[in-house]
Amino acid sequence: MKNIFVLMVLVLTMFASLIGCGQQEPVTLRMMTHDSFDIAAETMARFTEETGIAVEVFKAGDAGAMVNQAALAADDPLADVIYGVDNAFLSRAISNDIFIPYESPVLEEISDDLKLDPQNRALPVDFGDICLNYDRKWFSANSLEPPQSLDDLIDPAYSGLTVVENAATSSPGLAFLLATIDTYGEDGYLDYWRKLVANDVLVTDGWEDAYYGAFSASSDGNRPIVVSYASSPAAEVFFADTELEIAPTAAVISDGSCFRQIEFAGILKGTEHEEEARQLVDFLLSRPFQEDIPLHMFVYPANENAQLPAVFLEHTQVPEHPASISLEEIAANREAWVQAWTETVIR
Amino acid sequence: MVSNPGSKVNSVLRRLWPLAGLLIWLPVLFFILFYFYPLGTIFKVSFFPEGGLQLGALRDIITTPYYWHILWFTVWQATLSTILVLILAFPGAYVFARYRFRGKDTIRTISTLPFVLPTVVVANAFLALIGTRGILNTLLMEVFNLPQPPINLQYTIWAILLAHIFFNYSVALRIISSAWQNLGPELGQAAQMLGASPRRVFWSITLPMLRGPVMAAAVLVFIFCFTSFGVILILGGPRFATIEVEIYRQAVYLFNLPIAAALSIFQILFTFVFMWFYTRYQAETSRPLELRSAQGLEKPVRTLRDYFIVYGNLVLMLLLLGLPLAALVLRSFQGSDGWTVRYYQELFVNRQGSLFFVPPAEAILNSTGFAMATVLLATSLGLISAWALAGKTPEIYKNRLFNRFQAALKPLLDPMFMLPLATSAVTLGFGFILALNKPPLNLRRSLVLVPIAHTLVAMPFVIRSVLPAMRRINPRLREAASILGADPPHVMFHVDWPLIRRALLVGAVFAFTISMGEFGATIFIARPQTPTMPIAIYRFLSQPGALNYGQAMAMSCLLMLVCAAGFVAIERFRIGDEGEF
Repeated sequence: MKNIFVLMVLVLTMFASLIGCGQQEPVTLRMMTHDSFDIAAETMARFTEETGIAVEVFKAGDAGAMVNQAALAADDPLADVIYGVDNAFLSRAISNDIFIPYESPVLEEISDDLKLDPQNRALPVDFGDICLNYDRKWFSANSLEPPQSLDDLIDPAYSGLTVVENAATSSPGLAFLLATIDTYGEDGYLDYWRKLVANDVLVTDGWEDAYYGAFSASSDGNRPIVVSYASSPAAEVFFADTELEIAPTAAVISDGSCFRQIEFAGILKGTEHEEEARQLVDFLLSRPFQEDIPLHMFVYPANENAQLPAVFLEHTQVPEHPASISLEEIAANREAWVQAWTETVIR
Repeated sequence: MVSNPGSKVNSVLRRLWPLAGLLIWLPVLFFILFYFYPLGTIFKVSFFPEGGLQLGALRDIITTPYYWHILWFTVWQATLSTILVLILAFPGAYVFARYRFRGKDTIRTISTLPFVLPTVVVANAFLALIGTRGILNTLLMEVFNLPQPPINLQYTIWAILLAHIFFNYSVALRIISSAWQNLGPELGQAAQMLGASPRRVFWSITLPMLRGPVMAAAVLVFIFCFTSFGVILILGGPRFATIEVEIYRQAVYLFNLPIAAALSIFQILFTFVFMWFYTRYQAETSRPLELRSAQGLEKPVRTLRDYFIVYGNLVLMLLLLGLPLAALVLRSFQGSDGWTVRYYQELFVNRQGSLFFVPPAEAILNSTGFAMATVLLATSLGLISAWALAGKTPEIYKNRLFNRFQAALKPLLDPMFMLPLATSAVTLGFGFILALNKPPLNLRRSLVLVPIAHTLVAMPFVIRSVLPAMRRINPRLREAASILGADPPHVMFHVDWPLIRRALLVGAVFAFTISMGEFGATIFIARPQTPTMPIAIYRFLSQPGALNYGQAMAMSCLLMLVCAAGFVAIERFRIGDEGEF
C-alpha cells in the first residue's frame, strides 16, 4: 500500500513539473456569447489553423443576462472577446466600460449604417430584423388578408390573432416595442398598445413560448400572427421535416413595422491576450465567418462582401425602412419605456 | 467489513468516533463557501455600491403596493399548490405503501419523471394535451361537434396549479409512502379492538404517526412552488409574477441589482422564518415509532374496496401525470405528414456542421456524470447534516465551550440548509461570478461548480427525506444494541442504517433528478463546452422549424428514458443485506 502511495506522489510531482517547465502553451482565447449563437465547427477550426490560437466559446444566457455578467465582471473579465451585444443593450455595456476600442481594418467592409459606436468599442457583426410573421395557410383558409402594417393589428378584423413577446423579458419583445415607439412616437405608442390589448393581443414571456406555444404555423396554438425575425420563414424551409417549395410563414416588411437588431462584438477590458483578441475580432468580421452566419443564426452578415445562401435569397426579404432609434435615446429611455409598457399592457 | 467486529477498520472507526461530531462542520463549511460567501458578495455590491449603505431599494419595495401584491400572490399560489398536491398524493402514498400490485415499481418510476423535465418542455406537453388545438380539445370538438375549443386553461391560474401538481406529486408520494411503508399496524389494531371506528383510527393514530413525513413533503413542495419560475412564465404568462420572476426581470432585463437583491432578501427571510417555525414544531412533535419491514405489511388487491382504492388512484395518476407525458412522447414521433422516427435519427446528424452540435451520447454522458457527482456530494453532505440535526452526533467532551457553541448553532442549521431552494438562481449565479474569481476559489469557470450548484439545491431534498426517518428510530433499539455489546459505529451500521436506507434512496433519487433537469443556476457558470441534455433541448427550441421542435421533443423523451434508467439503478443499490425496510 505504502509503496503505491509513494509512487503516486512521485508520478504526480513529475507530471506537475513537466507542466511547469514545458514549452509555452499556445494561447486559448475565451469568447462569451448568448444562447442563440451558433457557427460551423469548421469555421472556428480554420481560425485556429491560420493563427495557432484556440478559441473556447461559452454561452452566458440570453443577450441581457450575458451583458449583465460581463458588466458585473468588468474588473476581471470572464472572457477575452464578447459576441452578440445587441443595440438594445449596447448602451448598458458601454456605460459599464467593458470594452477596449479596436479599429479593425476589416471595418471597411462593414456597412456604415450598422456602425453605431464611433469609438469602435463595439463592432457590428450581424443584424436581423424583428418583424411580424404570419401563418400563410391560416390566412388563406380563413380568407382574410394577411396584415400589412402595425395599424392592421388593431383592426377588429384581426382581433385575437396576434401574439407578441414581453418587452421586459425578451429581446424580440423589446425590439417590437421600439418599432411601435418609432412609428407612433413617444406620445402615441401607449395608446397603440392599449388598442392592441383591447384587440386581444396575447403577450408571452419569451420568443420560444410565442413561436412554439401560440403561433398556429409552428405549434398547437391558435394565433396566426407572431413577432419573430424577417428570416424565420427561411428557417422554416431550411429546418422543415419535409422538402418545402414555399415557406409556411411570411414576414411583414412594410416601412416602420420592423426593428433592426444589430449585434456587436468587442474585446473585453482586462484581457491578457489583446493582440490575439484583435485577430479573432478581425476573423469574426471577415468573409469566411460572416458567410457562415446566415444558416447558423438566421441573421444577416454585417460584411457587405459576404455572399448569402440560396435559401436566404429565396425566402427572406430585407425591409427597406426599418424603424430606428438612436443608441442615446434607447439608453436614456429604455427602462422608462419598458416600465410604462409593463404598466399599460400587463398589469 | 462491517459485519466483522474484529476488523481493523472497526477499531479505527471506534477510536475516531468521538471526532465524528466534527463532521457537521463539513456541510456548514460547504454552505459558507458556496452559498453565504457568493450571496454576501452580491448583496454587498447591491447595497454598498459606492461604499456607503444604500437602502433605497428596500424602502421602495416596502412602500410599493405592486411588490406586496407579488409577495401575496407568491405565498397564495404556493399554499394552494401545496394543499392540492397533498390532498391528491396522500391516498396515492397509501396505495403505494400498503398494496402489492403489478407494475408498482414501474409506475413509481414514471411518476417521478415529471420532476426532471425542463419547464419549457412540460409547458409544451400541457399545450399538446390541453392547448386550444391540443389532443383533448380536438377530440371534444369532434365528438360533441363544438364550434369552439371547450378547454381554455393557458394563461390562467389553473394551468399554473396543474403544472405544479404535475411537478410535485411524486415528491409527496415518495416521501409519504416510504415512511408509511414501515409503520406497524399494531397501534391501529389495538385501537380498533378497543372500539375505535376506522375513521377514528385514521385521524387519531395513522395521521399523527405520519405527521413528520407529511410536513416534510409539504415544506418541500411549498418552497418549490414559492420559487416557481418557468411554470409561471410560460403557462401563466406575463400577468402572473412570483418574487422569483420579478427578481429575474429586475436583475436581467432592468439590471436593477438593488431591487433584485432586496427581493432576494425577502425571499430568503420568509423561507428562513417559515423553516424555523417548522423545524421547531417538527423537533417537538416527532416521536420514535416501532418500524416494520415493509414486506409483511403489503397486501394484495382483493376486495372490491381494494380495487376501488388502488385503481382509483392509478387512474388519477394517469390523468395527472401520464397523459401529459404521453402527449410528449406522441409529439416526438409525429411529423408533419404522419408518424416518423426522423426526429430521433436527426439527433445524431450534424447537418450544419455546427460548433455546438451535441452528439446525444455526449449529452447523456455529461448529464449523468454531473448527476452522479451531485448524488454523491448531496447524499453524503445531506446524511451528515440530517445525522447532526437529529441529535445523533457524539459530543466532543473535552471542550465544553465548543459544545455549547455547537448546541446554540444547531436550531439555526436546519432552516439554513433549506435556503438554497428558496434563493433565486440569478442572484446566486451573479454572486458566483463576483465571488469565486480568486484562488483558491477560482471556480467560476470550473466544471466543479456545476455539481456544487446542483448539490445546494439537492441537499434539502436529502435532508427532508432522511431526517424524519432518523427521528422516528426508537432509541431503545440503540440502547438494546449497546447493552448487547455493540459500539457506536456498530449501532450506526446495524441499527440506524437499515432503517434510513429507504429514505436515503428517496433523497438520492431526487438529487439525481434535480441534477439531470437543472438548467437555472448553472447557466451562470462560464464553463467550457459540456452540453447537458437540457442545454441540448433549449438549443433546439431557440430556432424556428419543425425539425428543431421535433428534435427538442425527441431529446426530452431521451432525457426521461435516461432518468428512468438512473432511478432503477439507484433503487437497486444496497449495502450488505439488511432486508427491505
